Amino acid sequence: MNTFSSTCFENCWHSAENPCPKFVTCIAQGQQCSEGNPDPKLLESLKRSLLLIEHDIPVILVGMGTCGLANGAQAVHDALKAECQVRGITVSIIPVGCMGFCAREVIVDVKLPGHPRISYCEVKKQDVPLIVETTLVHGEVLEDKLLGLYETDEQDVWTALPILDSLPFFAKQQKVNLENCGVIDPESIDQYLARGGYSALSYVVNGRTPQLTINDVLKAGLRGRGGGGFPTGKKWQFARDTQADKKYLICNADEGDPGAFMDRALLEGDPHRVVEGMIIAAYAIGASYGYIYCRAEYPLAIRRLEKTLQSAREYGLLGKNILGSGFDFDMRIKKGAGAFVCGEETALMQSIEGRRGMPRPRPPFPATAGLFGKPTVINNVETFANVTTIFKHGPDWYAGIGTETSKGTKIFALSGKVRNVGLVEVPMGVTLREIVFDIGGGVPDGGVFKAVQIGGPSGGALPESVIDTPIDYESLKQVGAMMGSGGLVVMDNSTCMVDLAKYFMTFIQSESCGKCIPCREGTKRLLEILERLTTSYRNEKTQEESLLRFQGMVYLERLASVIKDTSLCGLGQTAANPVLSTLQYFREEYEAHLYERRCPAGACRELLTYTIDTEKCTGCGVCARKCPENAIIGEKKRAHYILEDKCIRCDQCRVNCNFDAICVN
Amino acid sequence: MQVQENSQQIYEKYPRKDASCLIDMLQDVQEHFGYLPDAEMQRVARHIDIPVSRVYGVATFYNQFRFQPLGKYVIRVCRGTACHVKGSLDILRTLENELGIKAGQTSKDLRFTIETVACIGACSIAPVIAVNDEFHGGLTTKSLQKLLKSYQKNDRQSEVQHEHV
Ligand SMILES: Cc1cc2nc3c(=O)[nH]c(=O)nc-3n(C[C@H](O)[C@H](O)[C@H](O)COP(=O)(O)O)c2cc1C
Ligand code: FES
Repeated sequence: MNTFSSTCFENCWHSAENPCPKFVTCIAQGQQCSEGNPDPKLLESLKRSLLLIEHDIPVILVGMGTCGLANGAQAVHDALKAECQVRGITVSIIPVGCMGFCAREVIVDVKLPGHPRISYCEVKKQDVPLIVETTLVHGEVLEDKLLGLYETDEQDVWTALPILDSLPFFAKQQKVNLENCGVIDPESIDQYLARGGYSALSYVVNGRTPQLTINDVLKAGLRGRGGGGFPTGKKWQFARDTQADKKYLICNADEGDPGAFMDRALLEGDPHRVVEGMIIAAYAIGASYGYIYCRAEYPLAIRRLEKTLQSAREYGLLGKNILGSGFDFDMRIKKGAGAFVCGEETALMQSIEGRRGMPRPRPPFPATAGLFGKPTVINNVETFANVTTIFKHGPDWYAGIGTETSKGTKIFALSGKVRNVGLVEVPMGVTLREIVFDIGGGVPDGGVFKAVQIGGPSGGALPESVIDTPIDYESLKQVGAMMGSGGLVVMDNSTCMVDLAKYFMTFIQSESCGKCIPCREGTKRLLEILERLTTSYRNEKTQEESLLRFQGMVYLERLASVIKDTSLCGLGQTAANPVLSTLQYFREEYEAHLYERRCPAGACRELLTYTIDTEKCTGCGVCARKCPENAIIGEKKRAHYILEDKCIRCDQCRVNCNFDAICVN
Repeated sequence: MQVQENSQQIYEKYPRKDASCLIDMLQDVQEHFGYLPDAEMQRVARHIDIPVSRVYGVATFYNQFRFQPLGKYVIRVCRGTACHVKGSLDILRTLENELGIKAGQTSKDLRFTIETVACIGACSIAPVIAVNDEFHGGLTTKSLQKLLKSYQKNDRQSEVQHEHV
């Protein structure tokens, strides 16, 4: 495919070494100067082909983000390639990022010349021949696999078919920061440019002073998307006002919240958007060097980012004298090494400096003394994507979305017991109910909605009664949760809330860096209290242990508030939130565990009893062999029995029984 | 000797006495050897001129680093929230029971290693495990057992083939 570098660079004097300030404007608005003459028609037709408006050969786009790959996108991709080769069809097959509808992966889009783009879903390797036959050979839509069509202005023969944006999953979303994810080839800087990419950067470095840039961000009302919600413009102002010979910029892509994948999707699907936002931020605060701190668990994102930085440098958008503005900025990627606490800003900086990732007390805030002691601004991936959006559409436009105190859109990773698992972008102020039920399609398999966990290990579980809360920073705090990074995990009646609290506590306890005592010891004690609740009374050897169980509950809230008030960093300060919120909304469940020693949801194994239905048991002996504790006895070909004292409720007998003879209650 | 030579490249890539490269170097060493051998940690310490204790301190702080070689099949069990809600603990328990090792351990024959991770990023098909880099989603304890058997069978077959060659 043709590129801007081959079309433009040869005809005009723009190059990485000697960049032209009008390079991006030229692409966006047509030729800007009289020097050289890239044929305007050539430029226009290149743009139209990059935008897939006019192209000669069919284009197939396969969703190959991590979620797509996990669903077998690679096999589909290879099968498509092979099938087209065998049939002698010339096509271009492009891997793209995640378009958000993870529940319906693998998603394959086909764009035939002169037709709207078709989006197929749940494509398996076996479906490939039929898709190629129907669509590429006969030029028809295979309706069985159709998700929807992309909207176009042109009238088409396929008018009766559904439009993507009218599907319930997309209808209530407002895709602003995700507009390119799953739509363009993330590795192609040309496609990004053709869609108006880097015009925000061009506008800023060649039209605004750093101070005006910060003013615009303040006016837009952008608040950090990494969890805390601190006004981004204010943070930049602090760093700008601090005098120093060198300043740094860091992009926090450590996304540690288990169950959240917004940042990954952005980095995999539209990395240029994040990089563009970073360069704008660097310009505003006067930073000369930047780091992207990305988790090592995201190899694909890291690979794409590397490619992105390289092509941005080649195009004169990164490095020395960016777009001829005289502003120098470069950056590199640092791989995280798997520690949740390194998402915390001061710990993250320690980690970049090659030390153990332990937070330090603030102040001094990073904006005054951060990385290597220099003023440093650290923002989240999504925050940077929003920066690009602000300067692309203008701060007023941006401030028009959302609520009074929370502006813009927010991306959520919707998962758990919900039909439409995926990535959703909504304007601030929509309610949780709209996300879970309208966009998410509610709970599948006849389950009943119980709660939704928002904010990951620092957030809270919200039940049906408060699910009409609008999503903004303040309202969520009021109901005992927090915005967090944007993970939304839906739970149904088979999830035990005590178990959930225990799960988060286990996580926090093992991720606590161990520097401050309230967090290190306090979370351990909290976990012990929860463990006692879910331990069978058979394992309570002495009466004292039973007393401890009650005592723990008495002290639980006090302990939680001590940890909250005295911990060093955000990890400890929010550690008790999952416990407190579940206790607030699901007290009766705690009581059932405490007094009645039963788990209403049937999830806490130890509180269950395993027995064998003697009618059904054939005495095959599989369970006895599989039992790790030898707790099952019986003669061959006769019904077996479980010794309750020995049973550790590992569930192995039930799993392995071929006759459904194991009863649990 | 071969290995020594290759790992030389890692050291050439990084400037001496720059302690901020420590984590990057350890990552490269681990990528090269599959784990962090003691000798290499000492070499890293010499290269950037810091005490070995600090290298070790950093290496043990981060979950990514290992001090033992891995098995042939590395099974990563997702313990993220979405997977937890869909029963990943049972998956882990079953796996541990079947292979007779605990999470974080490698079987004696160096075939299997079980690791847990917080969110693999495939929440849509929770619960998920990844065997080497192949994902398997929507697991139940039953389907997991089938899956394990197929790996064990493949493994034996490839072994037989090796003997024939
Ligand atoms: C324990 C802990 C973990 C965190 N993890 C992340 C993370 O994974 N990603 C992130 O962007 N911010 C994370 N943060 C928030 C950062 O400390 C910081 O506030 C944020 O990166 C600032 O960016 P923002 O202003 O754009 O939100 C974490 C904070 C704490 C206390
Ligand atoms: S929680 Fe398991 S893949 Fe995300």
